Parts: sequence; C-alpha cells; structure tokens
Amino acid sequence: MSKIKSLEELRKLREEVQTRMKLRENSDKSDDLVRIKVAMATCGIASGARETMRVLIEQLDQRGVDAVVTQTGCMGYCYAEPTVEVTLPGKEPIVFGEVKEERAREIIDKYVVNQELIDGIIPVNHQSI
Amino acid sequence: MTDYRMNILVCGGTGCRSSEGATLYDELVSLLADKGLEKEIQVVSTGCFGFCEKGPVVKILPDNTFYVQVQAADAREIIEEHIIKGRKVEHLLYTAPETGKKVSDSKHMDFYKKQVRIALRNCGFINPENIDEYVAREGYAAMAKCLGEMTPEQVIKEIKKAGLRGRGGAGFPTGTKWELTRKSEADQKYVVCNADEGDPGAFMDRSILEGDPHSVIEAMSICGYCIGADKGLVYIRAEYPLAIKRLKIALEQARNYGLLGENVLDTGFNFDIELRYGAGAFVCGEETALIHSMEGKRGEPTFKPPFPAEKGYLGKPTNVNNVETYANIPPIINKGSKWFSGIGTEKSKGTKVFALAGKINNVGLIEVPMGTTLREVIYDIGGGIKGGKEFKAVQTGGPSGGCLTKNFLDTPIDYESLTEAGSMMGSGGMIVMDEDDCMVSIAKFYLEFTLDESCGKCNPCRIGNKRLWEILDKISKGNGTKEDLNRLKLLSNVVKDASLCGLGQTSPNPILSTMDNFWDEYLAHVEDKRCPAGQCKAMMQYVIDPNKCTGCTLCSRICPVAAIEGERKKPHEIDPEKCIKCGACMEKCKFEAISVA
Repeated sequence: MSKIKSLEELRKLREEVQTRMKLRENSDKSDDLVRIKVAMATCGIASGARETMRVLIEQLDQRGVDAVVTQTGCMGYCYAEPTVEVTLPGKEPIVFGEVKEERAREIIDKYVVNQELIDGIIPVNHQSI
Repeated sequence: MTDYRMNILVCGGTGCRSSEGATLYDELVSLLADKGLEKEIQVVSTGCFGFCEKGPVVKILPDNTFYVQVQAADAREIIEEHIIKGRKVEHLLYTAPETGKKVSDSKHMDFYKKQVRIALRNCGFINPENIDEYVAREGYAAMAKCLGEMTPEQVIKEIKKAGLRGRGGAGFPTGTKWELTRKSEADQKYVVCNADEGDPGAFMDRSILEGDPHSVIEAMSICGYCIGADKGLVYIRAEYPLAIKRLKIALEQARNYGLLGENVLDTGFNFDIELRYGAGAFVCGEETALIHSMEGKRGEPTFKPPFPAEKGYLGKPTNVNNVETYANIPPIINKGSKWFSGIGTEKSKGTKVFALAGKINNVGLIEVPMGTTLREVIYDIGGGIKGGKEFKAVQTGGPSGGCLTKNFLDTPIDYESLTEAGSMMGSGGMIVMDEDDCMVSIAKFYLEFTLDESCGKCNPCRIGNKRLWEILDKISKGNGTKEDLNRLKLLSNVVKDASLCGLGQTSPNPILSTMDNFWDEYLAHVEDKRCPAGQCKAMMQYVIDPNKCTGCTLCSRICPVAAIEGERKKPHEIDPEKCIKCGACMEKCKFEAISVA
C-alpha cells in the first residue's frame, strides 16, 4: 500500500475501488435497476448459459449500465435454452429464448439500451413470485 | 471491470463466529476453488447482519438471498445448487413466523423493512478488514471534506445543526461537547472513544467496531481536527477480542495509507490513535472513571465539574464520545445536517441502534429512526414474543433504566419520551420479558449486577445497594412484609439522591419502575407469599397427588436430598422442609402426579 498524499489521490482511490463494490451496491437498490435472470438449470448450462451470462455481464459493464444479473433455475422453456428474462425498471419482465453470445449482445444493445423489441420473445404464461 | 458475478457474504460477527461461522467461510472458499469458481464468486467475511437469532447468516448477492443457521456442512449444497444451478436452497431460507412461509430474500424480511441503518451502514456489507471497501463506501471522504474545505468551527456548527446527541445513554448534544472542548485552552488535548459497553445484553458498540472500525477512526480524526487534538484513545474492554483485532488491523491500514499519522492528506493535520484496555468494570463506562482507568489509576468516578472537556485525561481537555455517536459523524458530514435532522423526532434526531434480547423471536441488532414505537420494534422487527406468550415488559437502559409495561408499547423511542415513561434510552440494550418472568426477580438480578459493579467509593451506593438487595432477597424468599416494601422505596430514593456518580444515581431505577408498574406482583409476594410468575423457588411447593401416584419409587430414588418418602406401591410424600425445589422429581414422574402448588 502506498500513502495517499492528497484529497485528489483519495478520490482516485475511491473511484477505483468503487467499481469492485458495484455488485454489492447494485444489489442493495436492485428494484430501480435493470434486472436480468439467466436460466441455469442443467438444460440451460448444457446449451451454454454460463457463456451467455458472462457475455451479458461484460456487455453491460462496457456500456456502463447498472444492472443486476442473477441466475435462476429452469424456467420451463427447455426447447429454447439458454433463456434469459429481462426486467427494465417499471416494466413487465420479458423472456428471450435461444440467447447465445450474438443474441446476448443484441438484447443489451437494442432492448436494454434503446428499449427496442427484438425477435425471439417467448410469450410468458406464468407469473413469478 | 466487475470481476465477480456473485458475492457470498458470510457474517463474521462474534455471534455467528461462535456458532462456527468461520469454518463455514473456509469451507465455502475451498469448495469454490475446487470447482474453479474462485474468480467468478467472491466470499466476503463481513460484520454483523443483526439477525443473530438465526446465525450463522449468509447472504448471496446480487439476488439478496438470505440463508439462516448455515452450517459448514451446508456449504456444498449452497455452491452446487445455488451458485452453479441458480436454485435457492429451500431449507436454509428464513421462515416468517407469522405466515410459516419461506422468505426468498432479505428485502422481503420484516426484520429489515423498518430499519434505517446509519451507524450500521457498513455492517454486514463490507469486509471490515479491508480499508478499500470502506473507502469505496465514501470512507474517509468526510474527513477529507473537513480537512480540505471546512474550518473546525464550521464542522462543529454542522454537527450542532444535525442535532446529534450522545448515544451512550445520557443524550448530551455532541456538537456542544466538541465546542466546549475546543474552547478549553491547553497545549495538549485528547479525543477519547468510549467502547466500554457494559450493560447486560448490549452489543451495539462491539458490533460497530467489529463490522466497521474505520468509521470510528475517521470520526475521531474529525473530532481531533475540531477540538485541536492530535491524539486519540479508544478505551475498549478486553473481553472484546475480535473488536480489538479488527480495530488494530484498521489502525494499521489507515496508517499505511497515511490517513492517520503526520500531515494527513498533506493538510498539516496530525492525528493518531492508541488503544487502552479496560478490565470490564461497568463503572468505567462513566467518563471520569474511564479517564482514571486510562491513567492507570483506580476506575473510580470523581465529581463533575470539572468536566473532561476542561480537565480530563492527564489533566488536559478531553472529548469523550461513545462508539455509536462517532459512527454517525461521517454520514452527517457527507450528507449534511439537514438530511440527518430530517430523520427522527423534534428533539431526538437520527437513528438509534438497539440490541434486542430476552423472550423475543428475533434476537439481534437493529437500527431504527428515533420516534419508532416500542410496539414496532418488538412486534414488527423483533417478530413478537417467543412461543406465542404474552408480552409483560420491556427493559430499556440496562441497569440504570426501567421496565415498561404494555401500556407503554406505543411510546415513541426518543430520549424524552422514554424518560417520561419512567425508563431511559440508555446505550441501547432492550430486554423483552414475557408472562413467565417475575418482576421481583428481575429487579433483584439488576441489583446483583450493580452490587458487583459498584466501585465502593461512596456509601449510598456501596451500602445502600447491598441493603436494597437484601430486602429484595427477603421478599423473593417469601419472608417480606409490607413494611419492607415501604423501606425499599424509601431507600431507593435515598441511594438515587445521595450517590456520587451515575451508577448509584440510577441503580435503584429497576426497583422503582417495577414497583410502579407491577405493584400487585410485589404485594402478592409479601401478602400471599406467592410468586405469580412461578419463578421464586422459595415460594413454590412441590406436591404429590396421592390419587395419581402409583408408588413406583422413581421420584424418591431421584431426589438428590432424600426429601421424598413412601412405601412401595403406596402414594409418596415430599417433605417441604428438606425439598430444595430442583424439580427433578416432577420432570421424571411418568404419571404426572407431581405439581407445583
């Protein structure tokens, strides 16, 4: 550890360490943020959900979007894995099917950032609690 | 770049560690490494979450899943199910007592809904042994703001405007205290932190020091800047080894960063902090006794004035504040006095931390805005009384406070209302009692505590409390008279009026308040020789129902004092003269023939 010699240096350190704490800060106010759930049951993982999740987190980060990405169990759409549920603040959740790397980018670019709807939405016929 | 996609927060407070929380932490870390997930998932040992009732506690982020009573053996299931497959481990989730349903995450727990955490803002959130995590939460920003942009007078003015009052119990305005110490002229001044938390059942200060030591260090530095001191001392009891360990780590890290020491942040401000250990004497929480103890003298109080602000440690002006008071300072500077004074009541601003204990469902550590009612704390946050029993009283203010009955449940918690109701705020211990608690025994328990803790310097406290205890003991043994009740009241008032320091001046409070609120119970003890709650053993009599007794002889063989006699296959009898009321016979009787009369 090197010494902090000025107010400016303290501010710099804070900004640097804040990014590391972002996950925790965001969880605290998750109701006001973009929430993404990745279905990660056996079917999801087998179809590459882990990779999907990694890409989602990476893309959100690059675009500076504050979001909470969690994993969930099987949503029941095993034919369309990996499936991802996206909830924008104040909106109803939308489930996207067959989200591989390309689609993951598309979801962030179009739906999350610009709120444009894209193909591949699975009509939701259940309610989650 | 956020490296981790998930955090597993494991409570590292004393409560959870004592139920093997540390082994759980190690187990999680090693299992993650086995699965190659250590770069994706971070395990963090934090300070107290407050939900001590169901420790060890684990919280998973970002989904805020809250697992309770987690054993090391559960680590594998958490990792394999929750972390890898995203399925919550049902049986570890908290069950809401009212509905009997599992609660998915902390945001849906009533325990947290009504809380506002200012002093506990970082407890259960950051790793207290990592200064970077504190800095990320605006840590040391308040100190930097004071040193860089504000004069000491401005800082004091801000604290005064915020309306912060001492959280150790007395409620003296903190800004005024700082101002008085600032105005005292001397070549050397001291900042002291009172971490000698002594009330039975209280662990607010310990948890703050264990969960967020830097907030106290930062606030003490700010105080040093304001009053013109370059030296700080934390007086902490040696029974708090984990708090001491974390405080030492925090001091070391702050020094390495140059946030303590000479020329802090290149502003010319010098400040450093030393630890002083107390031997666990209750009276040393009184500031003059505390100062004497730090000087290496007997921990005895002396008359005020002179106040420590004029003549304190080594005869120099000294500012003494409690841990929780300090923990409130950085947020006040960062967010402004207006924000702080917007929380609470007219005369009591901000929040108060309480340690909930006794017959309450959610034993733990909570922080609520001033003005919250006792009912909200006990029923909404505390989850009500254990085993569905009847609420009888709540004791606030420790041995100096009083018991409040259900008539006071809607009293708002603030300094004035609690005093008016016959108790006091105190440092934050809150002990809940149910129908099975005998109020004479409770008063006796607290008197026993003060008897042990009285330093013996002044007669009213040393002798008066002993006599008070003797009268209570007599009453609880069924030998009391109505005259004793009058003497109890009279002597209580004498001890209150004539004692030198706060300990003696308040020690009869538990007696007076239980007499005020439960007079009938005292009367039952002296007139009917009966303990309504069935706690005073001397007044109980074990009897055998001759119709139910089969003469199996089991009880007479079990009785440790051979008080039960009788022939085989004939009803037995208990000799009340010999019986020590241990209850062993009643417990073992297979025919429910033995009862308490």
